[in-house]
Amino acid sequence: MSRAGGGKSGRGSEDPWWVRLLLVGVCVAFAGVFLVLPLANVFAQALAKGWQASLGSLAHPDTVESFRLTALVTAICVPVNTVFGVAAAWLVARFEFRGKALLVTWIDLPFSVSPVVTGMLFVLLFGLRGYLGPWLDARDMQVIFATPGIVLATLFVTVPFVARELIPVMQAQGSDAEQAALTLGASGWQAFWHVTLPSIKWGLLYGVILCNARAVGEFGAVAVVSGRVAGVTDTVPLRIEKLDNEYNPVAAFTLAALLALLALGTLGIKTWLEHRQHAGLARAQGPMESSDEH
Amino acid sequence: MSIELRDVSKRFGPVAAVDRVSFKVDDGELVALLGPSGGGKTTVLRMIAGLEDPTAGDILVRGERVNDVPVQRRNIGFVFQGYALFKTMSVADNIAFGLKIKKWPAGDRAARVEELLRLFGLEGLGRRFPHQLSGGQRQRVAIARALAPRPSVLLLDEPFGAVDAKIRQELRDWLVRMHDELSVTTVFVTHDQEEAMEVASRIVIFSRGRLEQVGRPRVVYEEPANEFVARFIGVLNVLELRVEGGVARLDELTFPAHGVPEGQGLRIGFRPYAVQVSRNPREHRYRATLRHVYFLGVLMRLELETPSGLVVRSRITKDEFTRLGLAEGDVVSFQVREYRVLARDGEPLGPEVSAMHHAGTLGEGI
Repeated sequence: MSRAGGGKSGRGSEDPWWVRLLLVGVCVAFAGVFLVLPLANVFAQALAKGWQASLGSLAHPDTVESFRLTALVTAICVPVNTVFGVAAAWLVARFEFRGKALLVTWIDLPFSVSPVVTGMLFVLLFGLRGYLGPWLDARDMQVIFATPGIVLATLFVTVPFVARELIPVMQAQGSDAEQAALTLGASGWQAFWHVTLPSIKWGLLYGVILCNARAVGEFGAVAVVSGRVAGVTDTVPLRIEKLDNEYNPVAAFTLAALLALLALGTLGIKTWLEHRQHAGLARAQGPMESSDEH
Repeated sequence: MSIELRDVSKRFGPVAAVDRVSFKVDDGELVALLGPSGGGKTTVLRMIAGLEDPTAGDILVRGERVNDVPVQRRNIGFVFQGYALFKTMSVADNIAFGLKIKKWPAGDRAARVEELLRLFGLEGLGRRFPHQLSGGQRQRVAIARALAPRPSVLLLDEPFGAVDAKIRQELRDWLVRMHDELSVTTVFVTHDQEEAMEVASRIVIFSRGRLEQVGRPRVVYEEPANEFVARFIGVLNVLELRVEGGVARLDELTFPAHGVPEGQGLRIGFRPYAVQVSRNPREHRYRATLRHVYFLGVLMRLELETPSGLVVRSRITKDEFTRLGLAEGDVVSFQVREYRVLARDGEPLGPEVSAMHHAGTLGEGI
């Protein structure tokens, strides 16, 4: 490599070496202190008393119950928000109507409202001293401090994930292919099932994965509405905090480690999906090529 | 199958994209909807397909009103401008889509797909995906897909817009051949007058939502219904003259104007082919200098400038040009064999037309 005069590097960057070193150092230090170290600590604490103790802590009935509750809430919220997200994205991407901007803003609302405020909102609405509480109570229905409240709060918090993911994808694809399906005799439902869905599947899966991660991990909104009755309305994140408060670090960190593993798995799948999606887009837009890939 | 539009309008809010349009396409015809972009021709095509609902008026297919028939049951084949192929499906699956929806038995489906692949020169490409095809191949797949369920009408939106010039010519020839073989009633949208002239048996000309003229290419070219058509279909020299003493005059150029009131303005148009040029400065009526010669292939375009500075465009064949022995800078004479009165004072004229009028510039695209 020939270097002309001044001893500058041949690469695009003209910054002195020490500036680059400083920036890289800051980033590595930051990631280390705030991401890697805590994560490592979670696993270290979980395994502080060995595998047996960790696994044994999971068998506590209240912990088992918290798994059941979190699974139930997730099993309700993810499908509901998937259907809602697809419908909302379809509506926003395909139609012009009054209040469209409002709808998009509303979809984003859970991102901008603190989860605790969300929880308070539901308490205010469905609690015994709330607007609908007495009416519900008279009919022997309990929302707050019960599973329905937890489901509602989680639903609200996870509204944006699927819709937000799909709106740009569907807007970019346009509606020509769907219309082509209609001219070929397909009903709206057939066009959606055979044409739209296959073309948005990676984006959809991505949104579902994120939605799932949030549904499992939500703390603030759920903490407010659940009432935290041990073994009844404790979800996994709530149970973790309770165990920690009870000076049971092994059990708390074992549960936390499980959630962390779930998060890492989600990240892995997310990265893979992003890769697939980009590959898909590149193929859809790329020039002709004669590769055989099937 | 015949298609008929009766007083069809389409409004998007306050804008009339299509304004009381009526025309008829006969069974088996190949018709072009021609006009500048934004002229409403694509909207007309989409209304025939059922992809847009007309605000007013009736659309009839084989004499039956189809306004309330949904797109799925109109039995039309539609080819989109960007082809709109299903990118997650193979070529064969794309073509078979309509057959699958209409529940053709698998055996018939496969046979029909094979037949179309052969007919469209796509043999061996059935398992490819759209992104693995060239532009021309994609377009043929789109047409094959539209034709697979044997529609009674084929509609194409700017079918040659997205391919390069060489392939475009091949596709034109191919579309004409295909239409001759299948004789399915075909309507296509284009903004290219040359393309419309070459391919269509009849042309429907639109401008700003209104129908300007319907006719065979030759009729539209030789007998344009109005100035817009005259300008859009062919190249034209346009002169703005004023009537003095029974003749319309602009500098040296005069045209007879019997019965036109004194002092009135008159707009006259003539095609560059109607300008006869001679090397003898005294042979024809007007004298001019040959300013520029442009080589257009078989034709030469000449720019003549009169002593007063008017510029008139002429077109002659290369052979004629050689025979006359003309060269830039020569003093020549010319005459106008045929002309047409385009407009008189007080008659309305579209803004896009008048925008082309600059003082001293008397033709466009010539």
